[in-house]
Amino acid sequence: MEARRPSRAVIDPKVRHVGFFAPAANPLPGPSSTLLSGSPAGNSLSPVMIPPPRHPSDRSPAVPVPDTGLRRQGSDHVPVGSYNPSESLLSSSPAPSSPSGRVGLADGEFSEESDGWYRYRRSGSGTYDLPLPDTAPEKALDNPGKSSAAPVLESKKPAHVPEKSGKAVVEEQNELQSSSKPLKEKTTKAERRALQEAQRAAKAAAKDGNKSAAVSGGGPLSKPVKQPSIKKDAPPVSLSIPASDKKGSDRPPEKERKKDVPPPRMQFDDKSRVEKAKRRAVVNQTEARNRVELFRHLPQYEHGSQLPDLESKFFQHDPVHPAVYKVGLQYLAGDITGGNARCIAMLRAFKEAIEDYSTPPEKSLARDLTAKISSYVSFFTECRPLSISMGNAIRFIKSRIANLPLNLSESEAKAAVCSDIERFINEKIILADNVIVRHAVTKIRDGDVLLTYGSSCVVEMFLLYAHEMGKQFRVVVVDSRPKLEGQALLRRLVANGLSCTYSHINAISYIMHEVTRVFLGAASVLSNGTVYSRVGTASVAMVAHAFRVPVIICCEAYKFHERVQLDSICSNELGDPDVIAKVPGRMDVNYLNNWSSKENLQLLNLMYDATPSDYISMIITDYGMIPTTSVPVIVREYSREHLFV
Amino acid sequence: MPDVQVLVNEFLNNLKKRKIEGSQATARQTAELLRSVISQQRVSYTNQAGALMDAVRAVGEQLIAANPVELAVGNIVRRVLHIIREENISLTTAAIAGLGVSAVSDDDDDAERNDHPVLSAASLAAAARSTLRPPSLQTLLEDVPDSAAVPHTSSSGGDSDGKSRSADKSSRTRKLKHDVIEAVNELIQDITTCYEQIAEQAVEHIHQNEVILTLGSSRTVLEFLCAAKEKKRSFRVFVAEGAPRYQGHLLAKELVTRGLQTTLITDSAVFAMISRVNMVIVGAHAVMANGGVIAPVGLNMVALAAQRHAVPFVVLAGTHKLCPLYPHNPEVLLNELRSPSELLDFGEFSDCMDFGNGTSSPLLHVVNPTFDYVPPKLVSLFITDTGGHNPSYMYRLIADYYSADDLVVQRRPKGS
Repeated sequence: MEARRPSRAVIDPKVRHVGFFAPAANPLPGPSSTLLSGSPAGNSLSPVMIPPPRHPSDRSPAVPVPDTGLRRQGSDHVPVGSYNPSESLLSSSPAPSSPSGRVGLADGEFSEESDGWYRYRRSGSGTYDLPLPDTAPEKALDNPGKSSAAPVLESKKPAHVPEKSGKAVVEEQNELQSSSKPLKEKTTKAERRALQEAQRAAKAAAKDGNKSAAVSGGGPLSKPVKQPSIKKDAPPVSLSIPASDKKGSDRPPEKERKKDVPPPRMQFDDKSRVEKAKRRAVVNQTEARNRVELFRHLPQYEHGSQLPDLESKFFQHDPVHPAVYKVGLQYLAGDITGGNARCIAMLRAFKEAIEDYSTPPEKSLARDLTAKISSYVSFFTECRPLSISMGNAIRFIKSRIANLPLNLSESEAKAAVCSDIERFINEKIILADNVIVRHAVTKIRDGDVLLTYGSSCVVEMFLLYAHEMGKQFRVVVVDSRPKLEGQALLRRLVANGLSCTYSHINAISYIMHEVTRVFLGAASVLSNGTVYSRVGTASVAMVAHAFRVPVIICCEAYKFHERVQLDSICSNELGDPDVIAKVPGRMDVNYLNNWSSKENLQLLNLMYDATPSDYISMIITDYGMIPTTSVPVIVREYSREHLFV
Repeated sequence: MPDVQVLVNEFLNNLKKRKIEGSQATARQTAELLRSVISQQRVSYTNQAGALMDAVRAVGEQLIAANPVELAVGNIVRRVLHIIREENISLTTAAIAGLGVSAVSDDDDDAERNDHPVLSAASLAAAARSTLRPPSLQTLLEDVPDSAAVPHTSSSGGDSDGKSRSADKSSRTRKLKHDVIEAVNELIQDITTCYEQIAEQAVEHIHQNEVILTLGSSRTVLEFLCAAKEKKRSFRVFVAEGAPRYQGHLLAKELVTRGLQTTLITDSAVFAMISRVNMVIVGAHAVMANGGVIAPVGLNMVALAAQRHAVPFVVLAGTHKLCPLYPHNPEVLLNELRSPSELLDFGEFSDCMDFGNGTSSPLLHVVNPTFDYVPPKLVSLFITDTGGHNPSYMYRLIADYYSADDLVVQRRPKGS
C-alpha cells in the first residue's frame, strides 16, 4: 500500500467497490448514490470521508442520513425491528458528571488494563519497551510519501526522515520523550499516557490529513472554513496541524507500524494483572466457581449478583456518566445484545456524555476527553467484555477526539465529536446494513429455502426486505440453547407473514437437506477470513458445507478486524454457566440443580465461536460481496484509510 | 396361547406409545416376550422348527410394525429366528451323526424335494460346519443353498425320523424347544451384560489425561467411561447436553458422582471445543449393515466436526444394535419426529399461528427429529461386545448373528 501512496492524488473521491456488486436493483446502488444524493461533502461511504462543515449551530442537520434512494419506502429512520438502540433510554441525561474523576486520582493506572484490547496499544506505545518490529523498511517507504505530501512536516523535523534502524528510532523517541517531559512535570502518569496517545493520534492524523488532503483536498481535520473541493489547500491543512498540536505532530511514524499489530488481549490467568485491574474496577465482579481449566485466560464472573448493588449506586458514581452507567448496566443485565445494538448504545451513551462534558480547568479537551472515554470503556469492559465492533468504534472516537484541532472552542469540539459519532452510526451501521440488504436480496431466487441461525439483525432486515419485494421463499430458523435468540427472530418473521420452519441446532443435519442457502450474521470477521460469531455458527456452516449448501455471511465492514484467530478458545467470551444447568420450561431436566457444589463438574457457556474461512462461500459487506480471502484487503485498504479515521 | 397374546398386546401398546425408551430395554423385553411365545407355542411332531419360526415371525411382524424405527425389535426377532435355525441344524446334524451320516437314506423321497435336487451330504456337512465352527468364507459361500434348504431338511428329517424312530422323535421335539429357550436366555443375558463386555475394553482406548467428548446420554458410554476411571485413568469428559432431551445433564451428573472431571457444554459449542478433544465416544441407536449409525440427533454434526479436526469418532454398540438392513434415506425413513412442544412453547406462539385465516398451510413449522444418520465414512471405530471393528467390517459381523433368510421378517402371502 505504501508504494501506491504517492500516486493516490486523485481529486474526486471514488467509491472503490470490492468484489461483486449487485446490479442496481434500485436506480441508486448503494454508496455512490448517497454521494450524489447528499451534499457533496455528504455522508457517503466513499473511501475518503469528507466531513461536512461543522458548526455548533448546525450540528443536528450536519448528519443527514440520505433518506431517499437507500431506504426503502415506508420504513422510518431506524431499520426494521432489528436494533434496539434504546434512544429513549438514553434520552434522559441527568446533570453532567463532575469532570474531576478517576482520571486524576486513579494514580495514573487507569488506562493500563481496563479498557479492553485497546489499552495494550496505549501502554505498549507509551512506554517504548516493546521490541520494535522491523519497521525500518516500511518506514523508508512511508517517509518519502509523507515528506512529499507534507513539506511542512519535513521542514519541521527533517532529521527523522532518513532514519535507518529501529534502535535509532527508539533512542530518538526516548529523546523526544525526555525533551517533552519538563513541560509537564506535574502531570500524572495517566495524563502523560493520554497525552502521548493524543500526540500519536495527532501525528497519525497529520499523516492522514496530508494524505487525504492530497486525495480530496479536505482532510478530516479540516476546519469548518475549509472548502473540501479545493485541492490546493493541502499546505494550509498541514500547516494547521503543527500549529495546533505543537509537540506531538512530529513523531516519527514508525509507531503507526507498531499499532498495526493488534495488541494482545488481557489474559485473565495472569494473576498480577488481574489484581491490578480489580483494584480499579467499578464493578466488583466475583469470580465464578468451578471454572473450566481451558478457559482460565478469559474472565468469568458470577452473574446477576452485582446488578442490584450497581443499580443502587446509580446516582453516586462520579466518574461514570449516567448515560454510560445505564448502558453498562444494560450490558451487564443482558438487556442489550447483538453487535450492532451494543455498539449503537455505546456510541449514543458516549455522545450524551460528551455533550455534557466540560473541560476541567488547566486541561486540554483532547487529552481529558480521551481519558474520560477510556474510563468509560473500562467500565463497559467490566460490565461485559467489549465486542470487536465496539473496539473499532472506540478506536474511531478516540482518533476523532485526538484529531480535533486545538483552536476549536470547547463547544465546537464537542459538537464535532458528537456529529462524528452520529455519522459513524449512520454510515457504518445503518447505511451499511441497507447496502448489505440490497446486495443480499440479489442472491435469492423464488423457491429458495433460506436457513439462518440465531438472530442477526442484518439477516432479519434482509429477510423482511426480500419478503416485501415479493420473493417467494421459506425461512428455516435454527436455534440453540441457552440464549434461544432464534425464537424472537421467528416471532418477528412469522408476524410479518414469512413462512418459517423452526428447529434446534442438533437437527441441522436433518433440515439441511431441503435448504438452498444459509445466511448468517457475524460478530466480527477477522483478517484471516475466520468469522467470529455466535456460538453454533461454525457448526451450521460446517454442516452446510458438508451438504454443499452455500454459506453467506452478512457483516458490516466496521466489524472487520485485523486480528487473526484459528480456534474458538484463545479468545472468546464466557457467559453465565447457570443458564446451562436450567432448561426453561422443562421441569423434568433438573439433574444439575445444585451443580456448583460439585467439585468435578464445570458448566461452560461459550458465547462465540470461530468459523473457518473454507466453510464460507461469500461475505456480503457494505463494500460489496467478497470471498473470505479478500477480508484482509478490506481491512487493510479501508480501515486504515478512512474507516477509523 | 391367550396369555401370550395378552403379553404381546401389552408390549405392542408400549411400543406404539413409545413408552419403552432405549434400544437395550426394548431388545431385552422383546427377547423375553419371544421366549414366552416360544415356550407357549405348541409344537407338532413334524416340522417343529418351522412352527416355532412361524410363531416368532407372526409376533415379530406385529412388533416391528408397532415401532419400525426401533430397529432393536427387528434385530431381536431375527436373532431368535436365527437361533431356532441353528439349534435345529445342530440337532439335525447330531441326529444324522447318530444315523451314521446316511445321506442317501435321508434323500430317499426325492419326489418331495425335487425343487432342491442338490441337497445332499455336502449341504448337510455345510450346515454342520456352520454350527460347529466359526463361519468361514467357505460356509459363507455355501450359506445360501444351505439356509434355504434348512427348513426342508429339518422337516424331511423329521418326517423320515417320524417314520423310522418314534422314540427318538419325542425327545428331539422337547430338546429343540428347550435348546431354543436356552439360547434365547443366553441372548437376554448377552443383552443385559453387553455394557460390561464393552466397558472391559475401555482401558485399551482411553489413556491418561485424555479429553473425551460425548453427546447426550448413553448407558454404554457411561459404563465405558467409568470402567476406564476405575482402572485409575484420569481424564476429562466434555458432555454436550443433547437438545431437545438434555440427557447430557443426566450423564454429567452420573459421571460427576463417579468422580470424573466433567464439563457440560451446549450443543452449539461442540465445534468450538472439539479442537481440544482427543476422542469422541458416543452411543448409538442402531448400527446398519453398511457401517452407518442411526444415532441420537446431533451426532452427525459432531461426527463432521470430529472429522474436520481428525478426532477419532468411536461408536459403542451392543450386538443387539447391529441391524442387518442396509439403510436407504435413513435420515427420513428411519427417523421419527417428536413433539414440537419440546422446542417451542405453544402458548407463546399461539398468537403468531393464525390458523383462522384459512389461506394456506400454517406459517410456522417446527421440526424436531429424534435421530441422525452418521455415514460410515465419519465413523472411526465400532466397539461392540466382541471387540473393535471397522465400519467396513460391520456387514460381516452382522452375518454372524443373522440368517440371510430372515432379513425380511414379513411372511410371504403363501406362507413360509
